[in-house]
Amino acid sequence: MRTATRTNVTTQVYRVYIKATPQAIWDAITKPEWTKRYGYSSLVEYDLRPGGAYRSLPSEAMKAGGAELGLPVPDVIVDGEVIEADAPRKLVQTWRMLMDPDMAAEGFTRLTYEIEEGQGGVTKLTVIHDLEGAPKLAAAVAGEMEGEGAGGGWSEVLSDLKTLLETGTSLRS
Amino acid sequence: MTDDDRVFKALADPTRRFLLDRLFVRDGRTLTELESELEMTRFGAMKHLRVLEDAGLVVTRRSGREKLHFLNPVPIRQIHDRWIAKYRERQVSALAELKTELEEEETA
Repeated sequence: MRTATRTNVTTQVYRVYIKATPQAIWDAITKPEWTKRYGYSSLVEYDLRPGGAYRSLPSEAMKAGGAELGLPVPDVIVDGEVIEADAPRKLVQTWRMLMDPDMAAEGFTRLTYEIEEGQGGVTKLTVIHDLEGAPKLAAAVAGEMEGEGAGGGWSEVLSDLKTLLETGTSLRS
Repeated sequence: MTDDDRVFKALADPTRRFLLDRLFVRDGRTLTELESELEMTRFGAMKHLRVLEDAGLVVTRRSGREKLHFLNPVPIRQIHDRWIAKYRERQVSALAELKTELEEEETA
């Protein structure tokens, strides 16, 4: 019971309905030519099988932005391991933020993407981020550190992903 | 109704805003927990949660025998991007223009 209560507090759930196919959404999550076009514009590398490596690399703009602020941007900004890859329906992986030393020290969190086809070409994308033992990362991905330059977290990423897939351009372009 | 209509309608009620605030403080709650903070019947609380769910502001997930309610902030972000950010930008640029004009006057 104690474990269940803790899990409730540290799990974040995000859902967005996108007028796109499950495959298009899967590609937008797992392919760098898509991930560079929305959200934090990072470039992902996925080995899509259980135990396969996941890495997210900074874009040139992110490196330049970091240099401007005097913040060194690491060569890998997020790393992790694929736990389950069932294209284009479900992706489960571990996820560790390396941009900030405190967040890196919080260790690996667990991230799940669920993609469900619905009516009329609208697909439901649900992101479940289990952030047990990672309070600082939890605040960052919830968008609570936007004022400090950490961006709007999952809400912004998913809102941007929806805009990109539905209109062909992202919010900032 | 469009998605925006559903979100605005859901937010246009103090009880539903209260429920969202409770979930913001602590996410992943059961109906029983949420209901205990409201002065209304279980049926009334369920009705409000249903409106929030239809608007996508609340997402439910099963955990064992329990159904947990999570706050989904993405629709609010979309409202922000669509309705708030652009007006705020206009305000900021208006202030920026004012600054430029005043500074030009000074040097003139």
